[in-house]
Amino acid sequence: MTTRSWNDLRIEVIIGGLLRTGVMLAASVVMFGAVMYFAHHGHDVATYGAFRGESESLTRVSGIVRGALHLDGSAIIQLGLLILIATPVARVAFSAVAFAIERDYLYVWITLFVLAVLLYSLLGSH
Amino acid sequence: MSVLEFSALVGVGSLLAGFLGALTGLGGGVVVVPMLALLFHVDIRYAIGASLVSVIATSSGAAAAYVREGYSNIRIGMFLETATTVGAIAGAAIALHVSGSAIAIVFGVVLLYSAFLSSRDRVEHGEHLPPTKLANQLRLNGSYPTDEGMQSYNVRGVPAGYGLMFGAGVLSGLLGIGSGAVKVLAMDQAMKIPFKVSTTTSNFMIGVTAAASAGLYLARGYIAPGVAMPVMLGVLAGSLIGARVLVKARVKVLRYVFALVIVVLGIEMIFNGVTGRL
Repeated sequence: MTTRSWNDLRIEVIIGGLLRTGVMLAASVVMFGAVMYFAHHGHDVATYGAFRGESESLTRVSGIVRGALHLDGSAIIQLGLLILIATPVARVAFSAVAFAIERDYLYVWITLFVLAVLLYSLLGSH
Repeated sequence: MSVLEFSALVGVGSLLAGFLGALTGLGGGVVVVPMLALLFHVDIRYAIGASLVSVIATSSGAAAAYVREGYSNIRIGMFLETATTVGAIAGAAIALHVSGSAIAIVFGVVLLYSAFLSSRDRVEHGEHLPPTKLANQLRLNGSYPTDEGMQSYNVRGVPAGYGLMFGAGVLSGLLGIGSGAVKVLAMDQAMKIPFKVSTTTSNFMIGVTAAASAGLYLARGYIAPGVAMPVMLGVLAGSLIGARVLVKARVKVLRYVFALVIVVLGIEMIFNGVTGRL
């Protein structure tokens, strides 16, 4: 039992570091995107009073990546937000591996279920 | 208002929301949506999209600090996430089909309830209860460090806690908040998990729950870069500063003030929802 909780703690410390790195990376990308966005649209009028939805180039992973490669500020911001959304997903994936190493197969299945739900939302709901 | 002015003002407001949210343990999400909707007249769908993103940032940002203490229970967290993530997708799907006014009213009610919960002191139940069969089968029981060494605990009321967690997920997906209040309630009251374990485990779960609805929000265009950017950066910075100050500050008075602000915002949200202004 003591070895197991020691393992759990070690896994959690690694996961904590993973999450922090993901968030800091995401924040840096969003900040870079903000600079590009301000440079081109800083003096535009901010209009968010009515919902229009965003164009496909800002709602799909492929469109976001393409826009970011063209250094479009909005697309870079969305890319940063995608990285942010991906960090908890990575955490769940890492947990599945950790449970497998511990041979806790019940929790491997539970974790894979959560992972499937997350991936459905991110990729399957278009 | 120009984009620069809008971003600066929203950024400062979000910083304050994240700071107070971290100090009081209520999270920044609960005030970000009313702030955007009522103060900046941002459409509520953009507001909940931006808030949801900031919820992921604070949850993941705080996790590193929490885990070192060894309180959180990843099995409890992962098991309950099967309920919160499915709930979050359901909530986000509902959000796509109801009016902004309806969302505003539900949001107001949740704000009032959160304020009510935060004004009460949490009472830790002292006695050591025997574990239930289900908790044993799911290996949910655990132990955590205290001043007197490792303290073991048993988990109760698994079905009730699981049901409440599904509800917390629905609210999170519908309103773009972390639903930390409901999550902690489920673990404290229904499952009798010690505070330190429930608080840190809840923080861990919030990010995963929010990520489940974020995909749907992104696909439907709820996440506008111009709104989400200042909110995410502001709330993240505010919550990181708040977590540093937390140890030294006397939070009791602050908690009451924040609760009062939330009550006012809650009434305002309900009023604007009923009169159809949001």
